[in-house]
Amino acid sequence: MRAGRPARAGQYLALLAYLVFLAFPFLWLISTAFKSPRELGDLHPTWIPQDPGLDNFRQAFEEQPLLEAAGNSLIAALSAALIAVVVATPMAFVMARHRSRLTTAATGWVVVSQAFPFVLVIIPLFLILKNLHLINSLPGLIMVYVVWSLPFALWMLVGYVRAVPRELEEAAAVDGAGRLRTLVSVTAPLLMPGLIATALFAFITAWNEFFFALVLLKSPEKQTLPVILTHFIGAEGAADLGPLAAAAFLATLPSLVIFAIIQKRITGGMLAGAVKS
Amino acid sequence: MTLATSKGQSAKKPGQREPGGRKPDFGTWFLVLPALIPILILSVGPLLYGIALAFTDSQSGRTAPTQWTGTLNFADLLHDTLFWDSFRIGLLWAVGVTVPQFLLALGLALLLNQNLRFRWLARALAIVPWAMPEVVVGIMWRLVYNPDAGILNETLRTLGLGEGRDWLTGLATALPAVILVGIWAGMPQTTVALLAGLQNTPHELHEAAALDGAGAWRRFRAVTWPALKPIALSITALNFIWNFNSFALVYVLTSGGPGGRTRLPMLFAYEQAFRYGQFGYAAAMGCVMVAAISVLLAVFLAGRLKGGADK
Repeated sequence: MRAGRPARAGQYLALLAYLVFLAFPFLWLISTAFKSPRELGDLHPTWIPQDPGLDNFRQAFEEQPLLEAAGNSLIAALSAALIAVVVATPMAFVMARHRSRLTTAATGWVVVSQAFPFVLVIIPLFLILKNLHLINSLPGLIMVYVVWSLPFALWMLVGYVRAVPRELEEAAAVDGAGRLRTLVSVTAPLLMPGLIATALFAFITAWNEFFFALVLLKSPEKQTLPVILTHFIGAEGAADLGPLAAAAFLATLPSLVIFAIIQKRITGGMLAGAVKS
Repeated sequence: MTLATSKGQSAKKPGQREPGGRKPDFGTWFLVLPALIPILILSVGPLLYGIALAFTDSQSGRTAPTQWTGTLNFADLLHDTLFWDSFRIGLLWAVGVTVPQFLLALGLALLLNQNLRFRWLARALAIVPWAMPEVVVGIMWRLVYNPDAGILNETLRTLGLGEGRDWLTGLATALPAVILVGIWAGMPQTTVALLAGLQNTPHELHEAAALDGAGAWRRFRAVTWPALKPIALSITALNFIWNFNSFALVYVLTSGGPGGRTRLPMLFAYEQAFRYGQFGYAAAMGCVMVAAISVLLAVFLAGRLKGGADK
């Protein structure tokens, strides 16, 4: 529809307002991260750093074990993503192709688990992992992350499996291939883009996760990046703004890059779920 | 949601492509078990364990054995004004975030569905809040709200709108300030979902309606909204639940302060469990939260099924 001129102008104005609203906190974070300590003390802060430098980044690495934390986050997120996809794919295959009581229950669980208040799960998990001596350890956290990312992984993967033409599998079955054989040699290759998108999504979810990591990891050398970031905020809420901004900015970069790559696929998966459910 | 699935299953017709209610055979179990075992051990199990804990006096670091106390925790909860305060704040926060977020996202989605220049920029920017760790979103807004070095107060000063204030620690401003962050953080996800829904609505209907002389509002009411409604309702219900259960964002922004004005139920339960070690009591809170959400979901589902029958 062609809108009139004033309407068009109004639309662009609204778009501009949205852009400003979306962008300004992030721009402010970047600006703060690159400001010199002297400038941060200025009572009239400016948008553009007058004397931009990397001091805040250096200081951030000195104040907190950022590298170790990033390493922990990387190990946790990578393992969780890989295990989640390996474990979820066969189940998603069954859920997409065969309707049974089991798969109905699984679908119900996927939906219901979206509504869990995690506090009801975290206390028992804490006790279980404690008995297994997996508190304050990355393997314990990884186990939790795998299960935690399974619902959405299943949700996405079921959509991808359904998108693979059934006829291809039937043809393989006629040729005498068993179910597993069919899955591995016919469906899996076609699923690859979906598998990668799901893995990347599980990776970001774990990389960004805070609550479980906060409860399950006690010693600083074991903690993940989001937990370490909160150490920059002092007990009284006072914070060294520069290093805080610098560290926060760094912690965001991996998810931003990955998300930019897979955003379209996640939307597709989310929408398929919303429409079908 | 699940109802639709089980319904389709019970209606077993001859010649149906997917016969329902079939017993899983060995091959199925083989494929399902790798996911099922972790789910049972680390998700369903803890959930049931958690419900059981709500009926005990379980505490952390105590040497005396845990005892069953029946419904004592729930009776205590009933009289715990702090809990009901947090519950009320949780509802305020969930409504305060979900509703404006939906309206803004709907506006933005309609806007981005138009043939505007620079709309790619809005889409590109939408990734930022969506992909950011919640902890970073909280930190970022602390920088914005900072009373001395923050951009918000400086902008207000420049515009002559007063000296500004300490938004996150003011009794009156803390909850609205936190709600604004919640809106900001979830808006892109909602927008993108609605936009995808808009792009699924048939274009021809729009053109036909426009030819019939329907104005923009009429076209929205008659064509766009009916097509968008199922997605809009699902997204809103999920957003509401997620917001009610949220933790990290507010933990980083205010830790529930000032004076408990932003203490969401999850923050309260977290404090009870992991600061004061009251596992049983906190589990009871979790049960009450689950019950509340289930009631809301049931009401929502009932409404949706009815809405579906109207068609």
